[in-house]
Amino acid sequence: MSDLTIKNLKKGFDGTEIIKGIDLEIKDHEFVVFVGPSGCGKSTLLRLIAGLEEVTSGHIHLDGQDITDVAPAKRNLAMVFQTYALYPHMSVSKNMSFALSLAGADKAEIERKVKEAARILELEHLLERKPKALSGGQRQRVAIGRAIVRHPKVFLFDEPLSNLDAALRVQMRLELARLHKELNATMIYVTHDQVEAMTLADKVVVFNGGRVEQVGSPLELYHHPLNQFVAGFIGTPKMAFLGGSVKAADASGVTVALACGPEYCLPLDGSALKAGDRVTLGVRPEHLQIAAAEHSPFKVRLDVSEHLGADTYCYVRTESGELLTVRAPGDFAGQFGERASLIPDLAHCHLFDADGRTLPKPGASARAA
Amino acid sequence: MNISGLQSGLTRLAQRVSSQKGRFPGASNQQPGTVSEHSRRIGLAMVSPSVAVLLAWMVVPLAMTLWFSLLRYNLLYPGESDFVGLENFYYFLTDEGFAAGALNTFLLVVSVLAISVVSGVLIAVLVDGPFWGRGVVRVLLISPFFIMPTVSALVWKNLLLHPVSGVLAALWRFFGAEPVDWLAEYPLETIIMIVSWQWIPFAVLLLMTAMQSLDQEQKDAARLDGAGALATFWHITLPHLARPIAVVVMIETIFLLSIFAEIFTTTGGGPGYETTNLAFLIYTQALLQFDVGMASAGGLVAVVIANVAAFFLVRMVGKSLTDKA
Ligand SMILES: Nc1ncnc2c1ncn2[C@@H]1O[C@H](COP(=O)(O)OP(=O)(O)OP(=O)(O)O)[C@@H](O)[C@H]1O
Ligand SMILES: [Mg+2]
Repeated sequence: MSDLTIKNLKKGFDGTEIIKGIDLEIKDHEFVVFVGPSGCGKSTLLRLIAGLEEVTSGHIHLDGQDITDVAPAKRNLAMVFQTYALYPHMSVSKNMSFALSLAGADKAEIERKVKEAARILELEHLLERKPKALSGGQRQRVAIGRAIVRHPKVFLFDEPLSNLDAALRVQMRLELARLHKELNATMIYVTHDQVEAMTLADKVVVFNGGRVEQVGSPLELYHHPLNQFVAGFIGTPKMAFLGGSVKAADASGVTVALACGPEYCLPLDGSALKAGDRVTLGVRPEHLQIAAAEHSPFKVRLDVSEHLGADTYCYVRTESGELLTVRAPGDFAGQFGERASLIPDLAHCHLFDADGRTLPKPGASARAA
Repeated sequence: MNISGLQSGLTRLAQRVSSQKGRFPGASNQQPGTVSEHSRRIGLAMVSPSVAVLLAWMVVPLAMTLWFSLLRYNLLYPGESDFVGLENFYYFLTDEGFAAGALNTFLLVVSVLAISVVSGVLIAVLVDGPFWGRGVVRVLLISPFFIMPTVSALVWKNLLLHPVSGVLAALWRFFGAEPVDWLAEYPLETIIMIVSWQWIPFAVLLLMTAMQSLDQEQKDAARLDGAGALATFWHITLPHLARPIAVVVMIETIFLLSIFAEIFTTTGGGPGYETTNLAFLIYTQALLQFDVGMASAGGLVAVVIANVAAFFLVRMVGKSLTDKA
């Protein structure tokens, strides 16, 4: 068992609060990914969990036991650092066995565990090498191996793949997913990479400014973001935001007049809105369609297009000057400066009120209440 | 400090390191025929002036010393300069001062090295963490290095160690003990102490800067692996410092082999030969007995000894310098 519970955790450095009260529950065997903009405190939270920083207030429980003040080595956690932090003068096998030999484990036992980890990570032929004689991916695997041999309850990863090239990153991502299944371990993983977050996570935690914005499965965050921040943060290319005001609203629909011209009636619960309120419409690139200029009242002018083969990301500018991204088919032939119009998929649009909160679907608020 | 001496010493060591290991990229990777004859000649022409100067700089004094060492050449008997072969070497090596000088040189170098490296490491580790007034403490730690050897030896001799008016004597008396005449009773130990006092800051300076390049995440990883302060020091910090320690040992050895001012100002090599090292012995031969021939022979012996020492040093510590981390 390894359930991690964080209760109202706060951390400040020299008076400035970095972590502003975090509550989080991580279940046994879960793969949890932390995402958030740079400087929002993801690494700090990870270091707090590992015990490398002292908490200012709040509690961390592992399996019901309060580990807030327990020494790092006694917490039964292992961390993989972004820079790997391998011991440069020790061989690969020494790197991996360091913790065990410090703990005074039996020689045969150490060797068995190192062999086992090396087998899982395919490092067997490198055991006698020094870290400097390894490639980036191999170093990464040694760093993971160092964590594995300790059989920790929770693995902590701080952007472990960010120093690798794109191809290696894909490969290591798959290996991590395999490792998670094979070890059946609880893992907490910090990343800046959307793809890593979406593919690896059972649960994604979105941070912003030292607070949790939303917790949920990758698809839940994608389809039902709680607020504008999460909606804009999850998904690449980013969701586009269009300003507008409410024309009419009731519990079954909201009619919005966008600043760039068109009016749309969205099937959302607008009972909290009244005519004239400022709102923001959010629409993802994949929920927009480009049509001939006369097909729709949503007039745009084409900007640059990025041809990726299977898809084309076409940037378009509205009449009020907002820049949107549209995901078009790979053979899209629109030219720079051409006039066109957009047809949004209204069922997948999001509407955010003046405070950035997402409007619920009709009936959803009734269920919540 | 003698900067040019340091530089030439270092270049010599570097040359030796490279020639031994054959690791210099140019030396090992260059294939014959890849550089055209023409550009090679230009290259030769470009470096030849500096090579010529260096050659003249080194070869002329060396040749003169060699020549003098084979003559009976005493300034007290001008006009007399017979060729005497290796007689000077024979007399120098069998002089009762030589054995004592060699032993003292060895003791001086080894003890000062040990003291300065050990305390250098400890001090560097101690002042690595943040504490109030760290900047001032660091500057104070390094400052003895900037004091001229003669001055520091005089300060030690007259202000600190003097059996009547010294600070230590006052301290001894305060506790009711009999003041110690340090330079008379423990002459070599006292000189070792003075020289160590001068060279610890050098070790601290190098090791302190080396400490700053120790990866914080490595220490964090060690902490997670269950390493306490002592284990971290032993398994992480010390290996990290191996290379700077090698540098400290090499540079200090070069300078410690030729310690002179401290001995000259404090004990004058005495009592007897107790604090005479080779450099001081050569000085006594050349300038107190005006025997240029004998002093030249002694100088050559010292050069040979220094090279033997350097050879073994490079064998021992040079490897960690050429190893790329
Ligand atoms: N030891 C420290 N002393 C003072 N401030 C710190 C310290 N460590 C982190 N901070 C501050 O805390 C904030 C959060 O840092 P943290 O490293 O947790 O961000 P992050 O979310 O991991 O960012 P990134 O994605 O760029 O790695 C930053 O503003 C940083 O300046
Ligand atoms: Mg970080």
